[in-house]
Amino acid sequence: MSPILFAILTVAVTAACTFATRLVPFVLFGTRDKPPAIVRYLGEVLPPAVMAILIIYCLKDVDFSSANSILPQVISAAVVVLLHLWKRNNLLSIGAGTVCYMLLVQFVFI
Amino acid sequence: MKEEMSFAFRRTVPVLFGYLFLGTAFGLMLQSAGYNFIWAIFISMFVYTGSGQFALVGLLSGGAGLFTTAVMQLSINSRHMFYGLSFIEKFKRMGKLYPYMIFSLTDETYSLLCSTAVPGNADEKKVFFLIALFDQIYWIAGSALGALIGQLIPFNSSGVEFAMTALFIVIFVEQWIAAKNHMPAIVGAVCGIICFLIFDPSNFILPALVTTVAVLTMYRQLSFKRKGAAK
Repeated sequence: MSPILFAILTVAVTAACTFATRLVPFVLFGTRDKPPAIVRYLGEVLPPAVMAILIIYCLKDVDFSSANSILPQVISAAVVVLLHLWKRNNLLSIGAGTVCYMLLVQFVFI
Repeated sequence: MKEEMSFAFRRTVPVLFGYLFLGTAFGLMLQSAGYNFIWAIFISMFVYTGSGQFALVGLLSGGAGLFTTAVMQLSINSRHMFYGLSFIEKFKRMGKLYPYMIFSLTDETYSLLCSTAVPGNADEKKVFFLIALFDQIYWIAGSALGALIGQLIPFNSSGVEFAMTALFIVIFVEQWIAAKNHMPAIVGAVCGIICFLIFDPSNFILPALVTTVAVLTMYRQLSFKRKGAAK
């Protein structure tokens, strides 16, 4: 298979899977009045748990035996948390944290 | 229509900045993986998800198989299964726009729709649709911009992928502040760390989600029993 065709298929699979996850509740409960209690409960409690898991997912490429790999992550994550607790501005927290991380990996912890 | 457009635009300004920035980060990453702005535009048009698109760059450049791609994307996006629950009745009333509203239900659009009180003289359906549409336009524009910048200006973008980590941290902090009960966040973190240590780091999301759902379901049963016993 040509690489371009394979890339297009990868994108198509991603698009289909993304839409499928969004479609699930409408297919399951679109014909009922109210989804069952356990589903509504999970809908309420899962988002913060999923965010915690996604943050851990972002650490998958970190080499835990190297301080040069760990420290930029830890420092920049702390910058994001503290800035966000202080200003509560999404763009500022994400922007400053990312710039901080880029500077650290490009100039400090090489 | 003018009324609805200006209201929807004002509501989406925070997402405008966030999506331009994150979209640009995605475009830069995609460009550095060897895919130009045309890819960026099509991916943002047809996939349209933040975390999933960042993961897609890794899958494309790592040459992952289609099955791996499907499992990864389903597990990364699985949280979206729960967003629609709040909008089943509302979206059903939107007729031809129903499929688009489901397709475009990202984290940010979801949170805007949850918190939007439409003024009395505006049509809620139009406002909902315009909020969803504007958000996606910002996202497509950002991705194209990022890929073009990456192509035209020689620029060391290494580290830009931290934007995704930062986004998740910000949402996590917001949810932590808003939550009355921190147990779900703690359960997710503990299950996540344990599964991260046991499984291959690139495949731990699914077991982590399954154990989290199991633990939270048990937790709910237990707290019901406790409430019952207190009576």
